[in-house]
Amino acid sequence: MNSSQLLGYTTFGYLFCSFLYIAIFVFRTKKLGVVASSLMVLTFLVQTTGIVLRWVESYKMGIGHAPLSNMYESLVFFAWCIILFYMWLEFRFKNRLIGAFAVPFAYLSMALAGLTGDEIKPLVPALQSNWLIAHVMTCFVGYAAFAVASGLGVMYLLRANVRKGADSLLSTLPELKVIDDVTHKTIVFGFLWLSAGIITGAIWANSAWGTYWSWDPKETWSLITWFVYAAALHARFTRGWGGKRIAWLAIIGFLSVVFTYYGVNYLLSGLHSYGGS
Amino acid sequence: MKKNTNEVWAFFSSVKLALFTFFTLAITSIIGTIIPQGKEYEFYVQAFGAGTAKLFQVLNVPDMYNAWWFISLLVLFSINLMVCTIDRFPIIWRLVVMDNLALGIDRIIKMPQRHTLYSGKSVAEVEKLAIGIMAAGGRKVTQGSNEGGSLLFAQKGAWTRLGVIGVHVSILVIFLGAIIGSTWGYKGSVMITETKSTNQVYAYDGKSTPIPMDFEVRCDRFELSLYDNGAPKEYRSNLTVLKDGQEVLQKSIVVNDPLQYGGLTFYQSSYQAYDNTYVIEIENNKTKEMNKFIVAAGKEVKWPEQGLEFGIVNQRGPFMGGIYEYKIWFSDGKGEPSKFWILDGRKAQVERADAEYTFSLRQLYATGLQVTKDPGVWYVYGGCTLMLLGLLVAFFLSHQRIWVYIKEEDSRTKIVLSGTSNKNKVGFENEFAGLVDQFEQNESLNLIKESS
Repeated sequence: MNSSQLLGYTTFGYLFCSFLYIAIFVFRTKKLGVVASSLMVLTFLVQTTGIVLRWVESYKMGIGHAPLSNMYESLVFFAWCIILFYMWLEFRFKNRLIGAFAVPFAYLSMALAGLTGDEIKPLVPALQSNWLIAHVMTCFVGYAAFAVASGLGVMYLLRANVRKGADSLLSTLPELKVIDDVTHKTIVFGFLWLSAGIITGAIWANSAWGTYWSWDPKETWSLITWFVYAAALHARFTRGWGGKRIAWLAIIGFLSVVFTYYGVNYLLSGLHSYGGS
Repeated sequence: MKKNTNEVWAFFSSVKLALFTFFTLAITSIIGTIIPQGKEYEFYVQAFGAGTAKLFQVLNVPDMYNAWWFISLLVLFSINLMVCTIDRFPIIWRLVVMDNLALGIDRIIKMPQRHTLYSGKSVAEVEKLAIGIMAAGGRKVTQGSNEGGSLLFAQKGAWTRLGVIGVHVSILVIFLGAIIGSTWGYKGSVMITETKSTNQVYAYDGKSTPIPMDFEVRCDRFELSLYDNGAPKEYRSNLTVLKDGQEVLQKSIVVNDPLQYGGLTFYQSSYQAYDNTYVIEIENNKTKEMNKFIVAAGKEVKWPEQGLEFGIVNQRGPFMGGIYEYKIWFSDGKGEPSKFWILDGRKAQVERADAEYTFSLRQLYATGLQVTKDPGVWYVYGGCTLMLLGLLVAFFLSHQRIWVYIKEEDSRTKIVLSGTSNKNKVGFENEFAGLVDQFEQNESLNLIKESS
C-alpha cells in the first residue's frame, strides 16, 4: 500500500460523498445523511493516512519534506482542508444540506491533483525553509474556508430566488438569515488565515530573497483576493449591502482565490513557478 | 472639529470610500500581473503597438506599482484609514472606559438578555448573595445604586473593542515601514569570485551605481550540490567579513539563511562558474606547508618554494551528478612526473620519491549575492504581528456585560438580570443562561415562584 493508491481511493471516496450529499439535497432523503457523513469521515481518514504516508515515503527516499511542496501535494492538502472545515461546519450547525455545496470542491481538487504528476521530488534550495509548512498551511486553511463560503454564496442566491410560500426543492434550504450568518463567519475565518498566509509568505520571501514584497503576480493576486474579502467584511457596515451582494462577493472572492492559486501558475510568470511542476 | 458639519471629513471617514478603494486597488492591481513589468520601451512597442506603448509610458504602466496614480490610490487608502480611525476612536474608547453603573435602568432592563426573579429576602441580603454568585464565576463585580435600587455590574473584554483599531493601525505601521525602507534603504547585488573580497555593492537602480561599504566581504568558497536527478540541492557560500583587514565574522550562507552584518543582509541569489578555471590546493603532508592556486586548464603553474610544477592536461565526463574528471600532470623535478585523474571537488594523494602531497581540485566559482539594507523591516513585521493579533481580537473575542438590578417592589425584592455581548451572541446566551440557573439554584435567595 502506498500513498498514491490511498490518495486515488480518496478521489473516488469524495466523488461518492458528493453524489450522496447532492442526493440528500435533491431527493430530500435525510436517511442518507448518516451514510454520507460516515463515508466522508472514512475517506478523510484514508486521505490523512495517505498524506502522512507520502511524508514518510519522502524520508525513505532520502529527500524528506512535508508533502506541501508542489501542485499535486497542495491540491491534495486543499481537499483535506475543505473536508476538515466542512465536517466542523456540519457538526456545528447540524445541517447536511451545505454538503452539496462544499464536498464537490474537495472532489474537484483531488481530481485536478490526479491530472498532475504525483512523483515525490526533492526540494529546490528556495523551498528548503521552515516557513514552507507555515506558509502553505495558513494559505490553504484560508482557501478551504473561502471555497465553502462560495458554496454558501451559491446556496444563498438559489434560496433568495424562491418565492414566498412556494414549495420547491430550494425552499428546504436553510433560512436566508442563517446562510448569510454562516457565510459571514466563514469569510471571517478565511480572512484571518489568508492574512496569516500573506504575512508568512512575506517573511519567508524576505529571508530567501531579501524583499518582503515584490509585486510578483502571486503576491499581487493574493492581495487582490484580500481586498475582495476586506470589502465583503466592510460591506456589512454599509446600508444597502445585504445578503445578495455578500453572496456574490463570496463567489467573486473564491474565483480570485482560484486564480491566485491555479491561474497564476499557468497563465502568468513569476517567482512562484515551482507551484506549476 | 465638528465632524457632522464637515462634509470632507465625513467623505474621508466613510466605509463607502473604503469599499471604493478596495475595489479600485484590486482591479488596477490586475494590470501589473498581466502586462509584464520593468521591460524596455521597445518591448511594449513590439507587443502592444506604438500608440499603446506611448500611453503605457504616460501612465507608467511598465512600473505601475510605483506609478503616481497607483501611489495616489494607496495614499487615499491610508487617509481613509487614518480619518476613519480618528473618527471612530473616541466612540470606541467611550465604550471601553464607560461607567456602566451610570447607565439608565430603562436601558439596562432592555438588554438582549434579561431575566427577572423575585426573592423574599431583603435587598441588602440579596445584594450580598448576588455578589457572591457573580464573583464565583470569576467576574469582578462593581456595585452602585441607581434609581432607588442597588445595581451590580460585571464585564469581560471591554478592551477587545480596540481590536479593530489595532488592525487599522497595523496597516498604517506596515506602510510606515515600507516608506522607511524605501527612503533609507537600498537593494543591490554583487558577484564575488572565490578567494576574492569586495567593499562595494551595486544598486538595483538601472545604473548599477556602486555603493561603498565600511567593511569587506570575502567569498572563501562556493559549493553547488545537486540531487541525483541533476536538480540543484544547495547553493552554499562561505563568507568572511573583514573590518580594517581583520576577520570579524564567518558564516556559511545558503538560500533562506542569509548573512547579516552592519545593517546589511547578504542573500545567496546566484552563481557563476568560470570557464576552464579551477582552484587547486596542494599540501606537503610532512611539512604541512599549503598553497592555493587559481589555474586555467592547459597552463603550467609553479610553486617554486616546493620546486613543484603542475597543470591540467585533459578532461572527461560528465559523470553521475554532472561531475567532470581532470587529468593532472605533476612534477617535482625528481624522476618521472606523476600523471593521474581527479574528480572535481575531490582530493588525491601524490607520492613522490622524497615527499608526499595532498592535491585537490575544484571548479572556480563566483557567488552572486543580493544585498539589502532595510531599516523599515521591523516596522513591517511589527505591523504584521499587530494585524494578526488585532484580527484575532476583533473577530473572536467579545465584550460581555452583565447587570443585576435589585429593588424592593410590592414588599418583595425584585432581581433583574440583564446582559449583552457585541459578538458571539450564542456563546453569551449560554453563559447568561448559566448565570440565571445559578441564581435559581441558590436556596438562600428564597426565590418566590412567579406565575404571572
